[in-house]
Amino acid sequence: MLAGRRVTTCFVEASTRTKLSFSTAARRLGADVMDFGASTSSLTKGESLQDTIRTLMAVGSDMIVVRHPASGAAHLVERVYGPGVVNAGDGAHAHPTQALLDLVTIRETCGRLDGLTIAIVGDVRHSRVAHSHLEAHRLLGNRVVLVGPRTLVPDGLGEAEPNLDKILPNADIVMMLRLQYERMDGGFIPSVREYNDRWGLTPARLERLRGWIMAPGPVNLGVEIGEDGVTHPKSLINVQVANGVWTRMAVLTLMGRARWPS
Amino acid sequence: MALLIKGGRVVDPASNRDGVGDVVVGDGRVENTIDARGLIVTPGWIDLHVHLREPGHEHKETIATATAAALAGGFTSIVAMANSGQVIDSVPLVRYVKSRAVECGYPNVYPVAAVTRGLEGKQLVDMHALAEAGAVAFSDDGHWVDDYGLMRRALEYAPRPILTHAEDKGVSRGGVMNEGALSVKLGLQGQPAEGEELAVARDIALARRTGAALHVQHVSTARAVKLIADAKREGLRVTAEATPHHLALTEAAWENFDSSAKMNPPLRTEADRRALLAGVADGTIDAIATDHAPHSVEEKQQDLMNAPFGIVGLETAGAVLFDRGEIPVPALVRALTLGAARVIGVEKGRIADGDVTLFDPNEAWTVDPAKFMTKGRSTPWAGRRLKGRVKHVILGGRLCF
Repeated sequence: MLAGRRVTTCFVEASTRTKLSFSTAARRLGADVMDFGASTSSLTKGESLQDTIRTLMAVGSDMIVVRHPASGAAHLVERVYGPGVVNAGDGAHAHPTQALLDLVTIRETCGRLDGLTIAIVGDVRHSRVAHSHLEAHRLLGNRVVLVGPRTLVPDGLGEAEPNLDKILPNADIVMMLRLQYERMDGGFIPSVREYNDRWGLTPARLERLRGWIMAPGPVNLGVEIGEDGVTHPKSLINVQVANGVWTRMAVLTLMGRARWPS
Repeated sequence: MALLIKGGRVVDPASNRDGVGDVVVGDGRVENTIDARGLIVTPGWIDLHVHLREPGHEHKETIATATAAALAGGFTSIVAMANSGQVIDSVPLVRYVKSRAVECGYPNVYPVAAVTRGLEGKQLVDMHALAEAGAVAFSDDGHWVDDYGLMRRALEYAPRPILTHAEDKGVSRGGVMNEGALSVKLGLQGQPAEGEELAVARDIALARRTGAALHVQHVSTARAVKLIADAKREGLRVTAEATPHHLALTEAAWENFDSSAKMNPPLRTEADRRALLAGVADGTIDAIATDHAPHSVEEKQQDLMNAPFGIVGLETAGAVLFDRGEIPVPALVRALTLGAARVIGVEKGRIADGDVTLFDPNEAWTVDPAKFMTKGRSTPWAGRRLKGRVKHVILGGRLCF
């Protein structure tokens, strides 16, 4: 499908899964994959993202997959590059392909994509994955419950339930977001211990779990989820990663068809 | 040598005039006539809030380009902020700004000196010497004088009004846009409205304590408008300004993640915008000021966390304000002229003073930043078609534009 085309991965923020996933997906479609190594690039000398993109264009790139710590970075890249930009995660704004691969996983596992109750647990405020999921499930008409301390679940985003134990029996999917340790600075949480106690997937909660466990990984073991949760029979974490490759192949294919209709 | 302006709608708040008629500017024989039919004829507009950038940041703007932009935008007087690359906190710098403006053919640049040396918020400047050299007011704009004791001393000491950039950075820190549902959705750090409200409340309390003249710059929240209205009712010497962009836009301008939506204070909600409009209409807000803040294209091209705050405004203000038609013309003209003049206490803002702006409220044009006189290119109206254009500007009795 993408034979003879070059896909450039431009990851200015660290990533294991997403980057490997996109690279694999592009290669499986026959594309030549160029990885732009941000940490060893002239970005470190202060070169602008715009000039970096112009360089990628000059060297030759048919599609650019961008991940960046600033919200709106994909929009910025598109203003320079034009059509052919895939957002692999921009700041706290969006991570559309993650939401898509999660939906693929949900449909595969639950046999449907509607009439579901999805619990998103953790740092919703800073999570681009949560934002993309909220948009996706709004379109699908599913019930999304945002679980976490009020400091991490902003008002007005959707149904909020601070008590994880209350929602656990009703949730078809329990999505555990990674909690960054930095959240203790700034008073978002008092300690990891209290966070784990109230919002972590503890052994006791694993027993009462009715639905499936998902995590957009990486996880902080012992904080939001433990080893026992990751390897639990109801954990879809590795399935998500596998589906990531297929989903991204689909995204790149659709984009390719739109760009090069022949 | 006099100039006759014939047949325009003459709006002159100082003489309570609003109707079609003629205006003669200057003394002696009429040497020139301007056909002003279909135009609005007002005193020359006064902008209380312009960043000249020179001296020090000439890559963003120079006094030459800023004053050319002012003229093109219908402004016959501009008040220059102190936070240029070199902070205007000494007499030679005030003198430089004034003389450079005269060299550029634009005599009505009124420099503002900093409140504190180097804008550091620690030590007062020589306010009397600076006022004598030509500073019309004092402002640490860009920063709020957050130390209560220092702001109190400043208000007690100042021989001219203090213009306050009311932003409590302890509240707004790190924010690039208004805090609300949209900032969460876009994943951008927000500035809560309280950042302005708390700072305005503190400043008004000090205006009360000291009886000094306080002017609140670029008001952006409904709450601040209310505080200012209450202060005026109480008889305090508090004045206020609002920008064309805060009167016309809301945080929705951020939807495309373009840095032309990024300014400080940020664009707020529709409710805030309506409160500002009502404030201009009822006089709570004395003046409209652009907060013209040019930056280089490279600077504004950075990602949204790093791009500097600020857009240009001199050349689009008239069109933006008149195009929307949301403020009654007499109140709008007052805010652009007499209201502004009274804040800084200058003999301007009346047709009789010799500066006149002629504006065509019906001429439509497309905003093309590449054609701006200002060096700055960042404007939310790039590519937009607006109705309302400055046709002529008379400065000191002479046709200058």
